[in-house]
Amino acid sequence: MIKVHYFARLRELTGKSEEIIDQESLTVQQLLDWAEDTYPGFGKDMIHVAVNEEYALKEDVVESGDVCAFIPPVSGG
Amino acid sequence: MKPFEIVETPIDTQKYADYVLHAGAGAVTIFTGNVREWTHGVRTLYLAYEAYIPMAEKKLAEIGAEMEEKWPGVKVAIVHRIGELQISDIAVLIAVSSSHRKAAYEANEYAIERIKEVVPIWKKEIWEDGEEWIGAQKRYPGEGKLSN
Repeated sequence: MIKVHYFARLRELTGKSEEIIDQESLTVQQLLDWAEDTYPGFGKDMIHVAVNEEYALKEDVVESGDVCAFIPPVSGG
Repeated sequence: MKPFEIVETPIDTQKYADYVLHAGAGAVTIFTGNVREWTHGVRTLYLAYEAYIPMAEKKLAEIGAEMEEKWPGVKVAIVHRIGELQISDIAVLIAVSSSHRKAAYEANEYAIERIKEVVPIWKKEIWEDGEEWIGAQKRYPGEGKLSN
């Protein structure tokens, strides 16, 4: 069970701010692929993934119990 | 107040200036980023900000630590407001104190550049005839973590 958060454009695209994915383990790349397949137009090539509030690389592995967030291009300030 | 925080209410500049001021501080720089009405000929009605709050506050604190390492002796407070902001409202405030002015100016500018790179905060511009989430990243930087 992996919890994911959606923000900004992605929250509007998916129509939700978070959901639970029934997976034990997958890489960040696989998580991005899953999101793109589930939500056409996700735009995975421009999105970072944070795992437990830290930016992750595409080859990093997400385990059950981790909290992930899809981070579209930031624009604070 | 916390020295590195996300808030949903108007930002009280004095509070953060007071926080960084101390007897050894000969300089205090305050930067405020404000909501601008006109951008490249397009009129903004208001802005809507959202944040991944716990991670954003953590990243702001990390920026503060980077500043202390690069400019020893500086004291820093950074606050970003989220929600709906009207024209001229303060969206972000960076307060830096140091013994001399050069470090206070330099560290302050460093902070806003880093905020725009790594802090998970998003801005939506609402115009008279539409709206759009703003973002400058163009690709996934597979060659290194964004936080570095």
